[in-house]
Amino acid sequence: MATAQTRMAARFMMAPSVIALLIWMIVPLSMTIWFSFQWYTAFRAPEFTGFDNYAYFFANPNIWTVFLNTLILVGGVLAITLVGGTLLALLLDQPIFGQGLVRLLVIAPFFVMPTVSALVWKNMLMHPVNGLFAWIAKVLGFSPVDWFAQVPLFSVIIIVAWQWLPFATLILLTALQSLDEEQREAAGMDGAGPIALFFYIILPHMSRALTVVMLIQTIFLLSVFAEIFVTTNGGPGVATTNLPFLIYLQAQFQYDFGLASAGGIVAVILANIVAIFLLRVVGKNLEA
Amino acid sequence: MARAVSTRRKLAFTALAWIVALVVFFPILWAFLTSFKTEGTAIAAPPKFLFFEWTLENYRTVLERSNYFRFLGNSIITAVGSTLLGLVVAIPAAWAMAFSPTRRTKDVLMWMLSTKMLPAVGVLVPITMLFRMMGLTDTHLGLVLVLTLINLPIIVWMLFTYFKEIPVDILEAARMDGASLRQEVIYVLTPMAIPGIASTLLLNIILAWNESFWTIVLTTTQATPLPAFIAAYSSPEGLFWAKLSAASMMAIAPILIMGWFSQKQLVRGLTFGAVK
Repeated sequence: MATAQTRMAARFMMAPSVIALLIWMIVPLSMTIWFSFQWYTAFRAPEFTGFDNYAYFFANPNIWTVFLNTLILVGGVLAITLVGGTLLALLLDQPIFGQGLVRLLVIAPFFVMPTVSALVWKNMLMHPVNGLFAWIAKVLGFSPVDWFAQVPLFSVIIIVAWQWLPFATLILLTALQSLDEEQREAAGMDGAGPIALFFYIILPHMSRALTVVMLIQTIFLLSVFAEIFVTTNGGPGVATTNLPFLIYLQAQFQYDFGLASAGGIVAVILANIVAIFLLRVVGKNLEA
Repeated sequence: MARAVSTRRKLAFTALAWIVALVVFFPILWAFLTSFKTEGTAIAAPPKFLFFEWTLENYRTVLERSNYFRFLGNSIITAVGSTLLGLVVAIPAAWAMAFSPTRRTKDVLMWMLSTKMLPAVGVLVPITMLFRMMGLTDTHLGLVLVLTLINLPIIVWMLFTYFKEIPVDILEAARMDGASLRQEVIYVLTPMAIPGIASTLLLNIILAWNESFWTIVLTTTQATPLPAFIAAYSSPEGLFWAKLSAASMMAIAPILIMGWFSQKQLVRGLTFGAVK
């Protein structure tokens, strides 16, 4: 089908996108790699130091806390959104009155910009004195929780999970609705109860969507930034500092460009490990 | 969908679903209500839910004291600008890959997707440095360029999955009827491609509007869009929740409405066609 002429035209049409992304990928990334081997701060000219920046990056006494925070943040949000999203999708798949409106309400948080949702949660809901949660706690006879002082990382997890719950719900619901009705009925006729139906028919059917949700969210969750920036600024101490936030501080406040670059490369490697799995899932779909 | 259900069961699920939906939606609703309260009412205990004196004072104050319309203008310029630029670059590419695929098309697509997975902090130092050198810091142009580049893979992918669904047979039918290549493109392909392009446009504006990392890092005063404007409300510890709520509502309302219209496309766009 494709003649030499159309092939040339196709190449010409693809060129702008390919070149733009190629530049975007190669130029800054190779600069980061280059800087990561330089002793380079705002106050001195760059000088080659080998792997010193990497050694320095990992010698940070807080580095493992930061890695752990990053992992807990990703893991916590994933756990909440995957379980919550599955339950919500199952609920929304039931015949209910006003289904469209319910859907709109449930997906709304996804469209709220991170800085707004973080500030609304931090102030109006989680404030230890005037927040709504504090009032509820008092009404129920508990002492109010000072969220960002007592459980700072958990508080960030709740906010981020609230933002991503709609995404998981919407995708799982889409997958659920593509389930063959006859298969469901056949299982019902064979005497499968709702629990068996869920574990033997519904869950296997949704496994692909669950994998996709998990991988895509992980990519985004590895770089959570704005929510931390406006609520805790990484604190108290380093209690809510994740990898992106640490690198941001090293670059913008310690002016240690070499160190921040080394951290950036570590973050790239971490994200790539996840990306390989995601690309495999998406790639399989492309062949089908 | 022809499941026989008892009305009672449907009512029970309806009640449950509405309760859950309202809980999920509550923070937005609460900010909406608070934006119409006085600062005193906003922190009142017990909290006032509906029965308070509604006032527009906060909206007036936010509009007067901060240059809201400039931030809004910046958001519109950068979100719409980066989306349009992205479409101009991406439409030919997606078109070529969907209609004359080669053996390498799949690899190119996968490679484009992989650029989306580059974490922003991985290029933070060089980008801020290049921006300073080229005088792009705190400019619309700079922000438009970065937003275009980070969202380009999603635009290409979404367009590709839409274009692929256009049946190629219809071209042959048009050709049999004596249509020229130009007529084919204008009268046959374009009308069929427009819904996909519109969906892509909508989703991408939402993504660009809410992008927070680069907007916070790359702007200071002139080109600051809404996410960075709202972030400025985090610094003082004062209790001015009503004003914060009013500003928040003005920042999210346009995009929330667009988002509600584009919810179907969201799934396809954000899963790169892996879930439809």
